[in-house]
Amino acid sequence: MKKTWIASAAAAVIAGALVAPAATAQEEQYFPLLVYRTGPYAANGAQLANGQIDYLKLVNAKGGVNGVMLKWEECETEYNTDAGVECYERLKGNGKVAAVSPFSTGITYALLEKVVADQNVLFSMGYGRTSAADGRVFPWVFNFPATYWSQATSIMKYIIEQEGGVENLNGKTIGLVHLDHPYGREPIPTLETLSKDMGFELLLYPVPTTSMSDQKSIWLDIRRAKPDWIMMWGWGAMNPTAIKEASLIRYPMDHFIGNWWAAAEVDVRGSGVPAEGYLGATFHDVGDAAPVFAEIKEKVVAAGNGTGPESEIGEVLYNRGIANAAFIVEAMHTAMAEFGNKALSGEEMQWGFEHLDITDERIAELGLTGVIPPTKVSCENHEGSPAIKLQRWDGSKWTIFTDWIPAMNDVVRPLVEADAAQYAQENGITPRTCE
Amino acid sequence: MNFVATYLLGPFGEMIAYPPGVLETVIAGLGNGFLYALVAIGFVIIFKSSSVFNFAQGAMVFFAALNFAAMLKLGVPWYLAGAFSLLVMVVLAFTVERVVLRPLVGQDGLSLFMATIGVSFFIEGFGEALWGGDPKLLKIGLPEDAIFTIDYPWGEALGLDIIIQESDLLAIGVGLVMVLGLYVFFQYSRVGRALRAVADDHTASMSIGIPLNQMWVVVWALSGFTAFVAATVWGTKIQIEPTVINLALKALPVLILGGLTSIPGAVIGGCIIGVSELMFETYWGQPLFGGATTEWFAFVLAAFFLLFRPQGLFGEKIIERV
Amino acid sequence: MLYRETGVFHGSYAEDQRVFKLPLDRYAVWILVLIAFLVIPLFASNYVLTDLLTPFLIMSIAALGLNVLTGYCGQLSLGTGAFMALGGFMTYKLVTSFPTAGALFGIQLPEISILGFEPFDIWFFVMLVATGLVTAVVGLLFGLPSLKIKGLYLAITTLAAQFFLLWLFIKVPWFTNYSPAGIAPAPPQTLFGFSVTGAASPVVNRYLFVLALTIIAALAVKNLARCSFGRSWMAIRDMDIAAEIIGISPTFAKLSAFAFSSFLIGIAGALWAFVKINSVQTDAYGILVSFQVLFMVIIGGLGTVLGSFLGAAFVVLTPILLNIGLTAMNPLFVAVGFGTISIAMIKHIEFMVFGSLIIFFLIVEPHGFARLWQIAKQKLRTWPFPY
Repeated sequence: MKKTWIASAAAAVIAGALVAPAATAQEEQYFPLLVYRTGPYAANGAQLANGQIDYLKLVNAKGGVNGVMLKWEECETEYNTDAGVECYERLKGNGKVAAVSPFSTGITYALLEKVVADQNVLFSMGYGRTSAADGRVFPWVFNFPATYWSQATSIMKYIIEQEGGVENLNGKTIGLVHLDHPYGREPIPTLETLSKDMGFELLLYPVPTTSMSDQKSIWLDIRRAKPDWIMMWGWGAMNPTAIKEASLIRYPMDHFIGNWWAAAEVDVRGSGVPAEGYLGATFHDVGDAAPVFAEIKEKVVAAGNGTGPESEIGEVLYNRGIANAAFIVEAMHTAMAEFGNKALSGEEMQWGFEHLDITDERIAELGLTGVIPPTKVSCENHEGSPAIKLQRWDGSKWTIFTDWIPAMNDVVRPLVEADAAQYAQENGITPRTCE
Repeated sequence: MNFVATYLLGPFGEMIAYPPGVLETVIAGLGNGFLYALVAIGFVIIFKSSSVFNFAQGAMVFFAALNFAAMLKLGVPWYLAGAFSLLVMVVLAFTVERVVLRPLVGQDGLSLFMATIGVSFFIEGFGEALWGGDPKLLKIGLPEDAIFTIDYPWGEALGLDIIIQESDLLAIGVGLVMVLGLYVFFQYSRVGRALRAVADDHTASMSIGIPLNQMWVVVWALSGFTAFVAATVWGTKIQIEPTVINLALKALPVLILGGLTSIPGAVIGGCIIGVSELMFETYWGQPLFGGATTEWFAFVLAAFFLLFRPQGLFGEKIIERV
Repeated sequence: MLYRETGVFHGSYAEDQRVFKLPLDRYAVWILVLIAFLVIPLFASNYVLTDLLTPFLIMSIAALGLNVLTGYCGQLSLGTGAFMALGGFMTYKLVTSFPTAGALFGIQLPEISILGFEPFDIWFFVMLVATGLVTAVVGLLFGLPSLKIKGLYLAITTLAAQFFLLWLFIKVPWFTNYSPAGIAPAPPQTLFGFSVTGAASPVVNRYLFVLALTIIAALAVKNLARCSFGRSWMAIRDMDIAAEIIGISPTFAKLSAFAFSSFLIGIAGALWAFVKINSVQTDAYGILVSFQVLFMVIIGGLGTVLGSFLGAAFVVLTPILLNIGLTAMNPLFVAVGFGTISIAMIKHIEFMVFGSLIIFFLIVEPHGFARLWQIAKQKLRTWPFPY
């Protein structure tokens, strides 16, 4: 008897869960948040999620976006593609979706077609499929403020400057330590192209996802090959291990550059070594100087509503979470100027994203100075005008030490268009024209 | 000819051209190998006495490390934290034996194997539910730096420029002590001898008055202890997060090579796998095959060995009867 | 009395050899199939169709495949994930290299359309079968060690296949048509003029397509298990040396099991890529998938078709439903003063409960869910007078 009781209770709960999400209020914009707070990528994923949610909370605390309140739900993906797809399908029907940000290149690839069919915006901020920057083939995908290919060329520009000119690169070696995952493999074609053009040798060091914390062979190899520079496309538990191993073999940290996902506080702290001088790319400032942080502390955290620990406010990945949410909210503002102050449909959000023009003045007005870069998106170009800054770890915190380094658009854009064209051809897509 | 030049002459030439590199790789490989062996020993202890292939050993290592690290994070001194997590491991091992395996006595090996995978899931979830899913550092002041031989007078005199990680030496040292300790335990202690009797023949050992149930608890507690030791050594190298569980997978080929019932076999198997996979990755995988061959090399090597010795390198010959 | 076997007589050999000898069974299965084809698409929501039922059906095909190998032939395999991956990548290569029959044979199939139904539009089906054949050949190669190695030792060699194949798909850019990130998009496909894969195709189409393939696979396994193939597999499983003595070739039995199992698993992998995640990526076929399919087979019941379905349902649906259920119960937790349970905690609880359930079912019913059905049948047979 008891068993039946438990079974029927469980059945009722599950049935309730399947039916429950149907009821949603009319005037709310919905944020399906694909996050990961467990697993080997948790340290990074949690901060990103907390930043996003805190910003959404702040917007709500200030009365919403022109009166439209925001609503969000989290779903745990564990950075896993299958789970990410399931999460997207589970959440997408629960409201008027603002935009989807999976924070995983693998999930982004799996959603490329789905968002077209569902007419939702896929906002992969600085990750995902690089060629989605071609808005003619990928109208629903946005990857501003910069893509991996642009980032790779910007880092190359820094290296060229340090080496004293392109001609000095000839005969030099550059290593790429990367996660052996779609994310880590994205920059390879660009770097290969550059290596042909500039005459440096590119050494690839893949780190398998199943054993991210065992990189011994890679670093022994690096010690022998002695590449002049190392770039790192790492994520999750891979980063601290790499930083630790690099410091063990005494690799000069000022020649070791992490990309923007491999240069956060958690990465260096997790390594347990000082790692002074380690460099990282970024597209926003560090620290909590911008007015938005004071506002969050006052209106969200002081109200006992903070999502994560207060200490992480102002850290790299937290700020990037804020940037992600802020971009989407700003796209809402843009779309509302056209379509009126209401919860927006996917199509209207897409229009908003496509007509984003965030100037320095607008950023200052939003209190986001340094948190998001000025961005202008167009129908053709979903990447904006990519540029990065470099930051240095001084043993306790990150400091930005360069100005904006623009990407080599002349190199990247043709590659983007070629790749987008191949995608269009394989999938039978006729690129739209942008007039 | 080209093939021979690329795939044979090249790598071996490189080895001959720079012998210290080989030495460096071998030492690093031994360090890995002993770590695998520490996990594999936990498997062997259990398999020997109860014929259970305990897949949860990797999760047990993770759980031990997680407890230890979480206690340290709370500010508990390392010896108390260590004692606590050791205690937890023994309790866990005891519980698994009582709750999961006792009811499954007499089932075929496959069901038992699957049940331990279930245990592995449970332990992973349970540990993270208790202590949170974020990666943790396990630092108790064990050596974890690297030694550059060139910094020392003898290294300079020999012209030997290699790097040895202290954590590798630690793994090798701890592994040897473990094997020695277990040898003494099994050979000379009363309980150890009883365990060997159980391993030889369940029924016969019961008939001479060895309490089988108690012995299995001892065995599981012992494997909990080896998991704890493996976790402590592992923690000097990396953060504690769930990919540690994959260690259990790497221990499988080690077991195959070493035979499922031999502790020294596990160590030898570990060394063979650790060294050969690192050598292959360094001289073939990285330069010729695009790297990351450590993913599969151990398994392919084990499979290759199996083709010639289906019972493993040190396993007992399988005799089949109708 | 509810389940009657008495009074059913078979007048001919053919009748005696039917898959479902009892009219009751036959009607029940027909009704189930009709419900699956007609009722479910009408009432189930899109989420239920795409993310609960379709993955369940696809994994059922994989479980059927592994059941041939492990359940019927007794060979343990942990390489299922890799063979699924092979299926995904091969289908991708085939449909991009030969988008139409014309591209391969230089022929043009006639385009006849009756209300949107094009009887000659079967190219994707042909490609799937071709994929199955490729995976069958590769599976056969990786099955060769089984002639010498047994049990858990064999599992290790299949693990070698698992890790090696996935590594190969990452390292050889040919498999993804030189896509920069090593992920191939799965181009949308049509069958009989209906769009059956890809995000743009109607959810119902995708579901029905997978359902039809699942039923074909189940029928194939059921019948193979009854013919000489199946009998030789089972003989090998029960005692290989004895089987060899009575004249069954272990080489033939084992290798045919490997080939047929890989055939189904490859198709399941292709469907996973094309129908479920719209892209072919190695991440979706990790070692965890291999374990999951093995769980399905063992928890469902070794050597039964029904068990493959029950096992797949359990392994695919339990975690998702647990997750949804716990999330929905959050207001309850708040009400009793626990506060909101974070999604991370839900995930941890999901792991714990799933692990415990596996152990629980292994303890209470080591022969799997299919055995529970046997017991239920016995109960129904004797109801209402059990003695």
